[in-house]
Amino acid sequence: MGKPKKLLNNPVEVVSELIDGLVAACGGDLRRLEGRNAVVRAQVADDKVALLIGGGSGHEPMFPGFVGYNLADGAPCGEVFAAPTPDLILDTLSAIERGRGVLMVYGNYAGDNMNFDIAAELAEEAGIVTRTVRVWDDVAAAPPERMTDRRGIAGDFFVIKVAGGAAAELDDLDEVYRVAIKARDNTRSMGVALAAGSIPETGERTFELPEDEIEIGMGAHGEPGIARRKITEADAIAEEMTDRILADLPFSAGDEVALLVNNLGATTCMEMLIVSRKVHQVLKERGIAVHRTDVGSFLTCQEMAGLSITLMKLDAELKHYLDMPARSFAYSRA
Amino acid sequence: MYDTLTPSQARDMLTAVARHLVASVDMLTEVDQAIGDGDHGIGMRRGFAAVEETMATTDPESVAKVFKAAGTAIMAKTGGAAGAVFGTLFRAGSAAFEERAALDAEGLAGFLARGLEGVEKRGGAQPGQKTMIDALAPAAAAAEAAIASGLVTAVRNATDAAKGGVEATKGMIATTGKARTLGERSLGHPDPGAVSMSLILEAMRDYIAA
Repeated sequence: MGKPKKLLNNPVEVVSELIDGLVAACGGDLRRLEGRNAVVRAQVADDKVALLIGGGSGHEPMFPGFVGYNLADGAPCGEVFAAPTPDLILDTLSAIERGRGVLMVYGNYAGDNMNFDIAAELAEEAGIVTRTVRVWDDVAAAPPERMTDRRGIAGDFFVIKVAGGAAAELDDLDEVYRVAIKARDNTRSMGVALAAGSIPETGERTFELPEDEIEIGMGAHGEPGIARRKITEADAIAEEMTDRILADLPFSAGDEVALLVNNLGATTCMEMLIVSRKVHQVLKERGIAVHRTDVGSFLTCQEMAGLSITLMKLDAELKHYLDMPARSFAYSRA
Repeated sequence: MYDTLTPSQARDMLTAVARHLVASVDMLTEVDQAIGDGDHGIGMRRGFAAVEETMATTDPESVAKVFKAAGTAIMAKTGGAAGAVFGTLFRAGSAAFEERAALDAEGLAGFLARGLEGVEKRGGAQPGQKTMIDALAPAAAAAEAAIASGLVTAVRNATDAAKGGVEATKGMIATTGKARTLGERSLGHPDPGAVSMSLILEAMRDYIAA
């Protein structure tokens, strides 16, 4: 498979340029942290618990697209597929903290963990209190008894939505942290890859997958999943993925869930809807009610083809924060 | 050949290390594509290009200061796991040179030992998990064992031990980092971080033993 065609200028400047585009598209709601690859809300309310999200770039609209009203207050943007540096994280959290501390939500990867941990230590030295929630929703990455070995994939979407609502309403960092942990612990995902994305700076694909094969459970950077096989019909793949997710929490009859079908980049909306339809059918058969469905591109991996399915089990509190209005580049609801 | 390095020579050595890493970007990219997402080379290039720039403007007051400045540059510019790990190696390792006027065999061994301790604490990884620690730990042990033989022997032995460590990672299954989900598919490939670790020592050796 050859190098994909891409609309780029200097590949080294992709992160800076995408931030300029994002800020320009948000009509004054966002600003760039001066001279840095980070976005923050133009206005952060006084006395607010601040919500910081972030990670490597290349997954747009995650993370900077989720900075906005009732969502996150700021996002340091690392280079493509590389965690942001401690000083960038520290500068971003310093810009958004308002005296009530900062909740940091990010995907569970070694690089992110180390860089955000170093930033948290530097913040503590500067007198800023932080709490950390690492998202580890990918059931394909490790068995349940090794939960902390799991990667964070599209489950970030629900954790950020709930944490954003909680950070807007609650004035105690520990309470916001508790709600975000609850969202994280009730969220499970699994992906399927049809074709690899590429790294803008090199043009190289992140993995090799034969033309007629798919990989169930593959991670957002092409980390290997649980089974590679010849491609089959959408319904069989959707049912297998849904059942693996349901068995993991486990979800059971009578539960109410939020559903996210996330496009990894290059899959058509038509296919997304076909899969979403099948997930709904499977959930109905299993006696599980769907409170809300989101279908779209929220955490991508360049031109990677494929999608992921995420379910969050709801209670009254999670439903409340999930249903709050929100406005950002990636996600708005009245 | 040097048996000790002045702070100014230590700075020049780190400039040579930086150039060696930057020149190795394509090889590191290839190595990482086999078991990672292929971004290790460009990350190391960002970090070590910054080291080269920083060294050009760092006043060589002490060996500790130039090593710490290199670590800070790596941590600020590399990003990802590599930035935290290699930044910590140089920053934590620089403590071994405090109170020392020159870089000698004992200083080199101390740098590797303190660096190893810092990296293990930061990332929670242990030897045998197919990481840069599998090159760093044998290098630290080899340098320690060669202190009495002087700096040239210590850096040669440490470099050879690191290369041996890289070879050994081919037989390991990754159990930490992004490559851990490869399981047995990571067998046969060296760990990219371990390769970078051995490149750092190789450049130090070439400067010291030239």
